[in-house]
Amino acid sequence: MKVGYFTERPVRWIAEEVILRNGGHFAVSNKYFDRERASEDYNYFIDENLYAEELGFDIVALNEHHGNPFCMGSVMNVEAAILARLTKKARILLIGNPLPVIKHPLRMAEELAEIDLISRGRLITGWVRGAGSEQFFNNANPTYNRELFEEAHDFIVQAWTRPGPWRYEGKHFHYRHVNPWALPYQQPHPPMWIPGTLSPETVRWCAEKGYPYFGLGTSLGPTCDLWDYYADEAAKHGYEAGSENFGYVLPTFVAETEDKAQELGANFLFGGGQNSFARVEHTLPPGYNSKEAIRKLAKQPQGSWLGISGDKMRGQSEEVEIDPEAVRQKLLPGFQKAQKAMQLVIGTPKSVLPKLKSILTVLRPGSLVIFSVQGPVPNADRQTSMRLIAQEIIPALKEHAKSIDLVDAFERKPGSIKLTSGTSRRPVSDRGPLKELGLA
Amino acid sequence: MIKTAEEVLNVAGAKLAIVKGGSGKPLLIFHDELGYPGWMTWNETIAHERTLYIPLQPGFGKTPRLEWVRTFRDLAGFYSQVVRELKLDPVDVIGYSAGGFIAAEMVAADPKIFSKMILVAPMGLKPSEGEIMDIFPITMRTHLRATVADPAGTPEFLKLYGGEMTPEQFEAFEEARAESARIGWEPYMHNPALPYLLHGTKTPTLLVWGTRDRVVPRGCIEEYTKAIPAARVATIENAGHRPEIENSTEFVKIVSRFLSE
Repeated sequence: MKVGYFTERPVRWIAEEVILRNGGHFAVSNKYFDRERASEDYNYFIDENLYAEELGFDIVALNEHHGNPFCMGSVMNVEAAILARLTKKARILLIGNPLPVIKHPLRMAEELAEIDLISRGRLITGWVRGAGSEQFFNNANPTYNRELFEEAHDFIVQAWTRPGPWRYEGKHFHYRHVNPWALPYQQPHPPMWIPGTLSPETVRWCAEKGYPYFGLGTSLGPTCDLWDYYADEAAKHGYEAGSENFGYVLPTFVAETEDKAQELGANFLFGGGQNSFARVEHTLPPGYNSKEAIRKLAKQPQGSWLGISGDKMRGQSEEVEIDPEAVRQKLLPGFQKAQKAMQLVIGTPKSVLPKLKSILTVLRPGSLVIFSVQGPVPNADRQTSMRLIAQEIIPALKEHAKSIDLVDAFERKPGSIKLTSGTSRRPVSDRGPLKELGLA
Repeated sequence: MIKTAEEVLNVAGAKLAIVKGGSGKPLLIFHDELGYPGWMTWNETIAHERTLYIPLQPGFGKTPRLEWVRTFRDLAGFYSQVVRELKLDPVDVIGYSAGGFIAAEMVAADPKIFSKMILVAPMGLKPSEGEIMDIFPITMRTHLRATVADPAGTPEFLKLYGGEMTPEQFEAFEEARAESARIGWEPYMHNPALPYLLHGTKTPTLLVWGTRDRVVPRGCIEEYTKAIPAARVATIENAGHRPEIENSTEFVKIVSRFLSE
């Protein structure tokens, strides 16, 4: 099993109230941007990833978001390039480049090839569709999101593997001279791991391609369901999915005492946390979701997620004033609930280890990526968490993984176990412990 | 109440759903970017004199999406084929908002396709001042409420949107928004070439605009009058983006007078 380290590189200087009043992280005005602090932290987060390598994490993971203080990484390939040079053996995992919003797959192929070359073959390149808000930020037509994603991906694979020059006339992309003089170090190309939040279309696509799928802190029960879906689809393509096909990204924070862990770990919900990444109108641009997904939303009571109800339509006023204190009060029960559901794991090494073991037992991922805390947590406390995880949790966790036969995508190539028709596939998760965890 | 019928026509290579009702000379209606809302007072009144042809835009739920249509100009090309195949041309037309954009694209490509053209708060041209409201990064509630000057004081608005929304309505809205985004995302709900293509348009044209329109600014109307100097402008005081439901009496009066001239 591989264990990775990941941080969103949160903006740590902004007052929480500003985000709460905005109703989400996206679209908070950049008038709050602080050049000095930003400069400091861009450097700090590079160093933090170097520290992760020093501590023995197998992977350092990066992502990017746009127009959003939730994550300072706006161009992850820049950071990846620096890490490619400064790290020695950690693999560099990108979760992932948002192909539809970048809209330039040839440039992407070149950038990633250079990163892979500089790192001498340590790049793992992941792709995402980009959050809803990013379609707005980058003016990417949301109705073509999946088409753009798939076409860009297919193009990049070709650009890396088919000798040029050649010409490309696609639906969304057009290149008259494809012949990049930077090709990946790894042959035929770097591995691709795909993160997601349980969209079945993406899971199906991964299974078809044999790409490992990474649940981004998704709740355990539904994640098991999606793993099954992946494995069933894999079987249709003639192979058996195993732990090598799955990964999991888990928000985790550890401190020397339970109290301190809870106090600082509460910053996972800074500004409302993941659930307030963006306001609803920025989360679901028109056409971004499949018809099936829209149908499901439509059946929710009153479709109230988009603010449509007779009362509201009839009412006089438009704007609702947000009371930050009231929002904070509402977040507290959510914090406890998320911990109970093990979507946030917070505590001392002693209390955290059994939880992580249970998660490994249930989800059987070949790789686990530790997602570090959000909000204004000081460097020293962030590093203490990293150190405690690396020294007091990971060795035992890896032992546990070994005892339940979790292999990662480097130990066993995804798709390499062929499944002959008529034979049934092995289970890819173990729902057994969910009951005793109170999560069944 | 006039009887209306929804039929599906095999036309221009598509299965086009169309609502028809009324009697008299055909009057083509292009609904707005949110789709056909249903038969309202203005339809009922005008349909005593004219047969309304209301095609339901491809991709909005009833008529299947045409993948090859990727811009408003493509869509206009499709509708021009429809008009010719149905032998309606030259025909009178009313286009609402994005429907006005469609009609303008059609007349730019085929100056003889319409006998008279009424554009109600039309999108399609980059406004000289202000901007066309970006309807995509806002909730449906904010959007719908912005379409009329006084939601609580507009009975037909409340009739359409004042009840609880059914899942079917919700889906229809999302489909309309998605299809409008697909073909109107960038440049946003206008075509930079259209002012030049409209040059020389002789079709008698009426531009209708509510003085409290928050979706399409007066600057769009200014641009249309520059592109089609002979166009007349009728403003409706205190109406917003949907004068046809906000002040249907005044709206019908203006439209009927223009059509009967």
